Amino acid sequence: MLTRENVVLHVADVHKNFGGLHALSDIDLQVEEGKTHAIIGPNGAGKSTLLNVIIGRLPPSSGAVVFDGIVLTGKKPHEINQLGVARVFQTPEIFADLSILQNVMTPAFARRDGAFKINMFRAVDNEKEIRQEAEAMLEDVGLIDRREGHAGALSRGDKRRLELAMCLIQKPRLLLLDEPTAGMSRHDTNTTIELLKKIKARGMTKVIIEHDMHVVFSLADRVTVLAQGRIIAAGSPDEVRGNPVVQEAYLGGAHL
Amino acid sequence: MAGFMSRRDLTLFVGFAAIVLLLPILAAPFGAAYPDLLQRFMIFGIFALGFNILFGLTGYLSFGHAAFFGVGSYAAMWSFKLLSLNALPAIIFAVAIAGVFALVIGYVSLRRSGIYFSILTLAFAQMCYSLAYSVLTPITNGETGLRMASSDPRVLDRLFFDAPAGVPVPSLFGMSLSGWNGFYFSAVFLLATFLLAMRITNSPFGMMLKGIKSNQNRMNYTGFNTRPYTLTAFVISGMLAGLAGALLVVTDPLAGAERMQWTASGEVVLMTILGGVGTLVGPVIGAWLIKYFENIFSSFNDNVLSSFFSFLPDGAREVAVTIAGKFVGEGWHLSLGLLFVLIVVFLPGGIMEGARRIGARFGRPRNGSRVGRQRELSPTAAE
Ligand SMILES: Nc1ncnc2c1ncn2[C@@H]1O[C@H](COP(=O)(O)OP(=O)(O)OP(=O)(O)O)[C@@H](O)[C@H]1O
Ligand SMILES: [Mg+2]
Repeated sequence: MLTRENVVLHVADVHKNFGGLHALSDIDLQVEEGKTHAIIGPNGAGKSTLLNVIIGRLPPSSGAVVFDGIVLTGKKPHEINQLGVARVFQTPEIFADLSILQNVMTPAFARRDGAFKINMFRAVDNEKEIRQEAEAMLEDVGLIDRREGHAGALSRGDKRRLELAMCLIQKPRLLLLDEPTAGMSRHDTNTTIELLKKIKARGMTKVIIEHDMHVVFSLADRVTVLAQGRIIAAGSPDEVRGNPVVQEAYLGGAHL
Repeated sequence: MAGFMSRRDLTLFVGFAAIVLLLPILAAPFGAAYPDLLQRFMIFGIFALGFNILFGLTGYLSFGHAAFFGVGSYAAMWSFKLLSLNALPAIIFAVAIAGVFALVIGYVSLRRSGIYFSILTLAFAQMCYSLAYSVLTPITNGETGLRMASSDPRVLDRLFFDAPAGVPVPSLFGMSLSGWNGFYFSAVFLLATFLLAMRITNSPFGMMLKGIKSNQNRMNYTGFNTRPYTLTAFVISGMLAGLAGALLVVTDPLAGAERMQWTASGEVVLMTILGGVGTLVGPVIGAWLIKYFENIFSSFNDNVLSSFFSFLPDGAREVAVTIAGKFVGEGWHLSLGLLFVLIVVFLPGGIMEGARRIGARFGRPRNGSRVGRQRELSPTAAE
């Protein structure tokens, strides 16, 4: 496949096997700078596995992932993040023991201070800039009133919004979202869509996995459909919606 | 000072310092106001505070910290023998050597987490113990332990004056460190350690350590290289254990291998959990309580017990004395074990958690969803 000019993420011929299970086969995917790329597909299609390969949680069995000309395959998760890739997980990964504000401040430190810095001679309380930035971020996701609260006590939908804030505060160049609206009320889903639209205006590239077609069709520039570890269709949202193969494999289900 | 410490921290530190410095008066009603015991309060307070920087903040439970304590003792003793009777170079030397040991042991052990990490540290500590006990006898004097002799070289001292006659004792620039001097000398180090622990806990570095404890995966995907963070915490806590070990040699000039045994490693775990893991003052309280009760219980003998049970008729008294006798004196560890079981089962957050519960019952009720200062540090908050 030809590499287009403004491609920022290239998943090149990735295969991933778990024992005999082909979780991903022949995956070739290109994401253009500033675009929102949706990945849809039935349960067990391999969507989360694909994100795991991109951020270095799982090594691919073969193939490679290239981000902005840099091969990510073989790099450690923290190195990949420091290159500008952040991820919202399917099951929220937050710091349950810390306060909501601390949850958002921590990634801001990773962006400012890098992967390792012994910063023990200043109090967190005196890091005014980071604190203000974190508060502004919590304002955006609607958690500001609960900033001193315990992150572990949040509902699943709120944890997801918190995790989104944790990723956004890093101003990543590429944001990977694994079902960012699952478990949210319709109202919260719409707020999240608005938020994601707003960051799109700032030029952040996104790969988003979603089951909610309302979310997909309001955000995505391109859609890739996975089933049983293979790409069965790709194109604009409208093209995909009209594709009979997709109808058959996926959209014929309860989701449309 | 403004950027250095918040008012709340300053209050806490001043309060803590006041209690420590007034201990000779405050401990009197408990019959604990003698320099030897209070000095052990200081020393084991440092040990527990240092241990808590690793265990309380990062969640990595080391079962081998006595190794660094013991290494500190031997290093300080060698400094007394070879360099000078001055306690300061001995302490610097001890902390440095303990730091080197911690760097090596930590580097290897931190490749694993959870129970595997604990077992690795335990294995290393047992290796250090058997090195000290039998392999390296020229350095450690094995079973007998290492002590000073008037024939020691002490090159720095001899540059300036002749060796004094009699048994050499550690000093500070000629000032004696026995009795209350020794207590205040150790107290200064405890306060410095407390300040350091407070700085770390409230700093971004400390927040990263708490992040590692809470969710190490998230830390990695957030761009942190967690290994050097945990290693730094490990080395700091190892160095503080070395400091404690050195201070013990200043008071009690005998370095023996038994200080490195696994029971000694277990004791600092007990102190920390008893007081409250991850809290600032908890580990110190735990250390003080354990050393206090160790002192009381281990001094009991059958005579004391039979006068205690003198109200009972003859036969019953003998039974009571026999049973109670198992828990005191040499059997003090049995009581300690029992106490530990009770704490872990009924009050896993330790004494600090208990104080908080009592405070919550009588004081202003706290809004449940808010994170209190102690709560955010407490391990039980995870559940
Ligand atoms: N670490 C693993 N070890 C073994 N098998 C795995 C592992 N991770 C995923 N799988 C398997 O790979 C397949 C794809 O899983 P994946 O989680 O990527 O699906 P998904 O498209 O994200 O599904 P869902 O919509 O349910 O989240 C599934 O059959 C799953 O059981
Ligand atoms: Mg999934």
